[in-house]
Amino acid sequence: MTNKPHPLSMASLPGLDKRYRAEKRFKFAGVLAVFSSLAFLGFLIVAIALKSAGAFQTYEVEILVKKEKYLELRDQPFIFLQSTMRYNLSGVVNGQAMREAVNMVVDGAEIDLLDHIENLQQNTRADGLGSYSVWVTLSNRVVSALSKQDIGTNLTARQQAWVEGWVANNKVRQRFNVGFLTNGDSRDPERAGIGSALVGSAFMLLVCMVLSFGVGILAAIYLEEFAPKNKYTVFLEVNINNLATVPSIIFGLLGLSVFLNLFGLPRSAAIVGGMVLALMTMPTIIIASRLALQSVPLSIREAAFSVGASPLQTVFHHVLPLALPGMLTGTILGMARAIGETAPLLMIGMLAFIVEAPDNIFDPASVLPVQIFLWAESPERGFEEKTAAAIIVLLAFLLVMNLTAIILRKKLEKKW
Amino acid sequence: MVTYTVNEDNNPDTVKAKIIVDKVSVAYGDHLALNDIALDIISNKVTALIGPSGCGKTTFLRCINRMNDLIGSCKVTGSILLDGYDIYAPEVDVEVLRRKVGMVFQKPNPFPKSIYDNIAYGVKIHGLASDKEELDAIVEQSLVRAGLFEEVADRLDVSGTSLSGGQQQRLCIARAIAISPDVILMDEPCSALDPIATAKIEELIHELKERYTIVIVTHSMQQAARVSDYTAFFHEGDLVEKGETSALFTNPNDKRTEAYITGRIG
Repeated sequence: MTNKPHPLSMASLPGLDKRYRAEKRFKFAGVLAVFSSLAFLGFLIVAIALKSAGAFQTYEVEILVKKEKYLELRDQPFIFLQSTMRYNLSGVVNGQAMREAVNMVVDGAEIDLLDHIENLQQNTRADGLGSYSVWVTLSNRVVSALSKQDIGTNLTARQQAWVEGWVANNKVRQRFNVGFLTNGDSRDPERAGIGSALVGSAFMLLVCMVLSFGVGILAAIYLEEFAPKNKYTVFLEVNINNLATVPSIIFGLLGLSVFLNLFGLPRSAAIVGGMVLALMTMPTIIIASRLALQSVPLSIREAAFSVGASPLQTVFHHVLPLALPGMLTGTILGMARAIGETAPLLMIGMLAFIVEAPDNIFDPASVLPVQIFLWAESPERGFEEKTAAAIIVLLAFLLVMNLTAIILRKKLEKKW
Repeated sequence: MVTYTVNEDNNPDTVKAKIIVDKVSVAYGDHLALNDIALDIISNKVTALIGPSGCGKTTFLRCINRMNDLIGSCKVTGSILLDGYDIYAPEVDVEVLRRKVGMVFQKPNPFPKSIYDNIAYGVKIHGLASDKEELDAIVEQSLVRAGLFEEVADRLDVSGTSLSGGQQQRLCIARAIAISPDVILMDEPCSALDPIATAKIEELIHELKERYTIVIVTHSMQQAARVSDYTAFFHEGDLVEKGETSALFTNPNDKRTEAYITGRIG
């Protein structure tokens, strides 16, 4: 009597425990998959973020400049720099020491020095007496030694002594590297920034968005709401779906042969990049927009038709407002893909070394992903962290775009 | 069995056909949904269309305001005269026709806009109000006629979709009558509603037939008996029997009608 299982217990139904075990196994595998993908993602982001840290910060040293030397040597900047370094550092007695001293600060520091002093002079009296105190960016070698707290590796014994002296006297300060976000590209990793690439990316995205959003959404509306359903539209639909999966470099080749060679548009310009990316994102936008239109219930269309609205009024007064959040989400996700695209841009010559930010969409421009590609290829050690930092900026850009898509969708959905 | 013609004299004693349907057949591709229908729909009366699912009664209803045009494969032949004019004539504009022949659907489908905008929309697109005051008046009058005004008078700006099912359906009726149609088509308007909301709609139908000609599709024979003056019974695409509701329900001529109203088919 006591051995008889409860009629509703697990034991009363043979094979039930096996079913539960299978369920548990499946659940465990699922959780494992989620966590491993999270781990890979986390590893990637942490690795890049750690590497990029150096590029976002820079170190400066306080340099004293004698007013009389400034007045005497300001027309010979490099000699002025040498004299200033000799004044600030001890033991600069021969050519080798002078080279090492000048290498302590960033290339072109003499120009920075003169600029700073000129700025100071507007505020102070220049009577040729006393001295100026000016903050100058340190060279990449010193910066990386300071940020890694490993002074020994890349510096000579003399340079190590100087750095230690500066640090001991609190002459070194750490600053956020504004130049990284505002400067254009440069051969010197200390000066190279993503400023012009950001402007280029913005121009390109603008062109891409105007073209692909306008054309894509109108195409979707026509195909979904007005076009007759026949073999031609089915053929068109299949081809649009196929286009969405075409490798992006193919669009680059198309851009090269049509936009550059046939239409004669400028190489490396934001307008061509935007056009190529618009071609690439248009199928995505059309597909997302059609799905959004399909998800608007038939009953809304019927309601509009039943009060005598024309097809156009039905679409623009009732269907489109309901489908718009989905369309915008699709568009922003398409844009997010476009902004990270590199291959098609290389085909249209967006590979050039460009320092100046473009003034308009016809100027030669550089864009973020291409800038990353170029820096990743550079042999200088300093570009390694620049590359990582640019990737972080790009990722932040993508994050902001995706968040915008989510917020926009939530906000517009609420209204309806 | 009554027969009627369009009458031009305004003698209230003679029955007057608002819509005359003759030899109407509807095909979806190869499938024949309605076969040679002839039916007169009497002005200012309620005509109920009954029959088992798939018998073609909704298809028939949708021929009267040409909603079937939206389905590409649908082909309508025969003639439907509204006040003596063929609504399938080539010069007919469906938007004008639908202004004259409003429709209420099975599931309440208010626009996801405010109650006010729901009703004002049709008035605006047809330019039926010359200024804001006239529009306000039309909206109020429509709500009053649909028996909804008292319930929503202080919240015309809330979304139509936030109302209860029965209120939504009455909002849809108000939307339909705001553009002052002659005919209102109702496609099972109470099938998604509870008994109390249903009773309200039925009461409303009684009041509305003073001004409008009503055609209602219903699955409920009790409802047909309660609200309609005339009933037409459809079966497998044929119009089996038509006549005054009281006669059809008490003394059906056809065996299929009898089987359906006694619950043996359907």
